[in-house]
Amino acid sequence: MLLQQQRKRSRIVKMADSGVTDGNEKKGDIERAKNEGKELTKEEKQRLRKEKKQQKKSKEKKDDKAIQESGKETKGDSSAVSAPQPSTQSTAQKAVPAPVSVPAPEAPTPAEKPPKSKAELKAERRARQEAERASKQSKKGDPGPQGAVSKSKAATNELQPVKRLPEHIQVDNPDVLKKLAKKLERQQTPGQNSAKKIPLRLDYGYKVSLFSHLHQYSRKAPLTQQLSIPSTVIHPAIVRLGLQYSQGIVAGSNARSIALLHAFKQVIRDYTTPPNEELSRDLVNRLKPYISFLNQCRPLSASMGNAIKYVKKEISNIPSQCKEEEAKRKLLFCIEWYIKEKIILAAKAIAESSIEKISDGDVILIYGCSSLVNHILCEALEKNRKFRVIVVDSRPRLEGREALRRLVQRGISCTYVLISAVSYILPEVSKVFLGAHALLANGYVMSRVGTSQIALVAKAFNVPVLVCCETYKFCERVQTDSFVSNELDDPDDLIVTRNGQTHLEHWQQEPPLGLLNLVYDVTPPDFVDLVITELGMIPCTSVPVVLRVKNVDQ
Amino acid sequence: MPGPDKETDLTERVEAFLSDLKRGGSGAGPLRGSAETARETTALLRKITAQARWSSAGDLMEIIRKEGRRMTAAQPSETTVGNMIRRVLKIIREEYARSRGSSEEADQQESLHKLLTSGGLSEENFRQHFAPLKANVIEAINELLTELEGTTDNISMQALEHIHSNEVIMTIGRSRTVEAFLRDAARKRKFHVIVAECAPFCQGHEMATNLSKAGIETTVIADAAIFAVMSRVNKVIIGTQTVLANGGLRAVNGTHTLALAAKHHSTPLIVCAPMFKLSPQFPNEEDTFHKFVSPHEVLPFTEGEILSKVNVHCPVFDYVPPELITLFISNIGGHAPSYIYRLMSELYHPEDHEL
Repeated sequence: MLLQQQRKRSRIVKMADSGVTDGNEKKGDIERAKNEGKELTKEEKQRLRKEKKQQKKSKEKKDDKAIQESGKETKGDSSAVSAPQPSTQSTAQKAVPAPVSVPAPEAPTPAEKPPKSKAELKAERRARQEAERASKQSKKGDPGPQGAVSKSKAATNELQPVKRLPEHIQVDNPDVLKKLAKKLERQQTPGQNSAKKIPLRLDYGYKVSLFSHLHQYSRKAPLTQQLSIPSTVIHPAIVRLGLQYSQGIVAGSNARSIALLHAFKQVIRDYTTPPNEELSRDLVNRLKPYISFLNQCRPLSASMGNAIKYVKKEISNIPSQCKEEEAKRKLLFCIEWYIKEKIILAAKAIAESSIEKISDGDVILIYGCSSLVNHILCEALEKNRKFRVIVVDSRPRLEGREALRRLVQRGISCTYVLISAVSYILPEVSKVFLGAHALLANGYVMSRVGTSQIALVAKAFNVPVLVCCETYKFCERVQTDSFVSNELDDPDDLIVTRNGQTHLEHWQQEPPLGLLNLVYDVTPPDFVDLVITELGMIPCTSVPVVLRVKNVDQ
Repeated sequence: MPGPDKETDLTERVEAFLSDLKRGGSGAGPLRGSAETARETTALLRKITAQARWSSAGDLMEIIRKEGRRMTAAQPSETTVGNMIRRVLKIIREEYARSRGSSEEADQQESLHKLLTSGGLSEENFRQHFAPLKANVIEAINELLTELEGTTDNISMQALEHIHSNEVIMTIGRSRTVEAFLRDAARKRKFHVIVAECAPFCQGHEMATNLSKAGIETTVIADAAIFAVMSRVNKVIIGTQTVLANGGLRAVNGTHTLALAAKHHSTPLIVCAPMFKLSPQFPNEEDTFHKFVSPHEVLPFTEGEILSKVNVHCPVFDYVPPELITLFISNIGGHAPSYIYRLMSELYHPEDHEL
């Protein structure tokens, strides 16, 4: 019995050693390993304790270093491997690869024959210890990685453990960058050679020291130039989408989310399940490299992240006995439902509530181009409200011009100023309507850079500030300033030619000079008077309540 | 004959100066700093004093007032012209009083006591003729010119008292005074400067390149990022176009936002302004406070279809109330905004507030 277990374990060790293999088989093995770990703790605790005392001082110090290194290297490996479980708990993921990967450097020649050397026996004992330790941890922290499906329902009621830091805000850590490069290499459909991998986008230009933890890319070097043609790794719809994101052709969080979901629909339509695979697991695996690619083109927005979570959840909830055609139809329907309900109908509901807040004779100030705010104003015009609009714009994006065009086409009387003139124009204004990119769990509003400034000046002049945001943009992150998590746009956008002179043309040659082109900023909740969502009009501080209600519903 | 030649020469000079002022304000001509304008005004006034025909202080004051009204009408936003004229008028009054032998202090303030005891307006009409008056006045104006030349250096000398090492300083647009201030501090201390570019004129770009050439670590940000970045800023140091009588500022647009953001983060706001920028104006004068330039800067003509249906504003100046300002640094030292009214009474005579 013991030998059988050991044989099974050594097979697992071999597979872990060989790197990327069939995902399905490995998953079964992992589950068996976990179960074995549980059994071991019950049966062999005393024996393990004795062995621990024997091996403690000399071996453990040496092996700890080796264990850590192997744990780091194979973490990227096993995170791709253990992806089929739709888990958001990263500690669970860490627990899973630990018992599998630890013995890998320790037992380079896995012996399946009964007579084993002393070192190998010791290694296996250590594996058991790790398994026991890991399963103890996972029992403590959250429901264990077994029961992957039940976990997603139960987990929401437990306190979520602290998530692993996202890569895109750790650019100053070279280890994280190496891990990202390796992850991109490994994320490919099984069986491909490493030449067809997702390229890593390089940073451009001098980065201001306060923001050295963020990426800064140049628009002139799109990621797609580094892709080979034809790219069999990434679906062409996704390549086109990535290019549209990085060049700024598709901009604005609603537009980006809808474009993403449409691209996913195309991917699903073109998808065929390979033999011996389950659609629910394989499709999620297929989506992973696409998401990494899009992330490299332009960091994902909060709304896109929520949409991706929803799609992954729907895919993994497909029952295994479902036929492929039916499953695909179901998924397409789910995505269409999401777009319709969360974006389009939500916009209608928000417009209806907002129109109550617009009275005749109002002077409304808007900033930049928010599709939702434009929609509200057009609806209000159709309901025959008399108002005029002041559009505030800022360099270098100058998105307000787009909003200006749309509003003037509808026949709304508009005024246009730049953001530096906002304290001149604000005494005329009766209300400020702002759009949001995301609403954070501590009540802060994350939006285009300059929004917080407008809210600040409006507060100083006692003008009410209303933020319009759909609930699918609410996210569980918390943030207090605009530094820790932001996006840096191409710094060359700030260069301008006036009167024939371009002062900043050669900014790269002057070392102490840096250009900073921020994309987002956070507005504190005391500047915002009201948030209008499709669930109603709530104060900024009620965002975590809405999140909780949403999670319970799902 | 020397007389008429001198006079025509003088009127030519005055006309040239007036047309320069008119052109300079539209942004098309060579932009010049306020210090230069102040110096040229004072030099011109000295010439008028030297070459015009006048017999008593009152005549001279009348001539200068007349020319002054024309100059301020040519470019109302250029307040240094008016300030210099008022300074010169005060100099004339002082010199006249000294020649008469009475002390200056007593005549200065219109106290309630004086009003009651003197019974009506002061009888001073400056009609007495004093021979050395001309020389005295010209000498005093020369002193004023020397003072003007040294203002930037005087302000920069105070830089090390206000900037410590490893600071992050924020500024907006381009001010020659602030540039000299920061460069002087950079000789001994290492610090970081963030420059807000101040659209649509984007003068911040030139400021940033000048500062980085002096070896200061500089970052250029867009105006929209002022509040986002303010939490990491230790001090805000700005220049201004005018310092108003209540201690407020008339500065380049975007400064009010900067001041509000600094107040929100409790960051001190320091204004580097030489004394010739102090003006006895108040901010309530709506029609003369704001100045607008062509909206082409904001919405260019390439956006043709919507241009006719849209109102576009491009104000040049912003009002910053005195509550948002922490400190004024001028060539005579540092002051709080509440002290400005006192400085004004030392520089200008109350009767000259209206030219």
